[in-house]
Amino acid sequence: MLLGPALALSAILFSIGVAGVIIRRNAIVLFMCIELMLNAVNLAFVALAQLYGVAGWVIVFFVMTVAAAEAAVGLAIILAVFRHNQSIDLQNVNLLHG
Amino acid sequence: MTELVFYLFAAVAVLSAAMCILQRSPVAALIWLVQTMLALAAIFVLLAAEFIGVIQVLVYAGAIMVLFLFIIMLLNLGGRRTTDIRGPAGIGAAVVVVGLLLVELGALWAYTPARLTREVAAAAGPLEAATAFSGGRAVLEETARRGVVGAVAEPLFRTYLVPFELTSILLLVAIVGAVVLAKRSV
Repeated sequence: MLLGPALALSAILFSIGVAGVIIRRNAIVLFMCIELMLNAVNLAFVALAQLYGVAGWVIVFFVMTVAAAEAAVGLAIILAVFRHNQSIDLQNVNLLHG
Repeated sequence: MTELVFYLFAAVAVLSAAMCILQRSPVAALIWLVQTMLALAAIFVLLAAEFIGVIQVLVYAGAIMVLFLFIIMLLNLGGRRTTDIRGPAGIGAAVVVVGLLLVELGALWAYTPARLTREVAAAAGPLEAATAFSGGRAVLEETARRGVVGAVAEPLFRTYLVPFELTSILLLVAIVGAVVLAKRSV
């Protein structure tokens, strides 16, 4: 069953992902942290599917699809940003800074 | 035995995730992230979701991570030696935010299955507690009846058919958007 430990692991992984988003400035590593958070949420869905039935697995499918779409569009944006100022450090992305 | 294996892979996942956000090189961070995802795939198998585990390896650790690796190679970021980790102020902010988040998630974790059962039973709704909580066997029964893939496919193509079709539109939009964004002259 392992519902409690799985949910605890999910919470820890999600928190590590949030910490990564806060402490890193590299745009690609930021995206990797977002993928980590999505994976933590998938783990929570799979753990709870043991109680609620297979609907949780279907939701995991949709989360993976959205993650793939988000990765494709996000990496294309990173590519465009890199062409614009030759860096993907988020300190240099300040067009809207005023 | 199952619990021992679970805690082993959980430790691997947490350590790899921590290494992922602390590695200076993006390539090293990516490899640690792949390690986290493979450990999570093993945990999915332990949680009776074998098909999800296989998809996790194929789609996440395979396709999406290779996409990230391609971009890192394309931008030639592999050998950078300067760190991009923020200073003490950023790390302090991270500690505060993550501490608050862990407290909140811990409060949610106090929702044990017994409490869930009680509250679902008390609330009037379409979900009946007796059918929803078959002693944690819901998924195992479904898998035994339809097989590992069939248990996912049946609700996916019946109950969730409309969201499934909408997903294809989402993917199409993402493909077109990625091509438009990555084109040289827009």
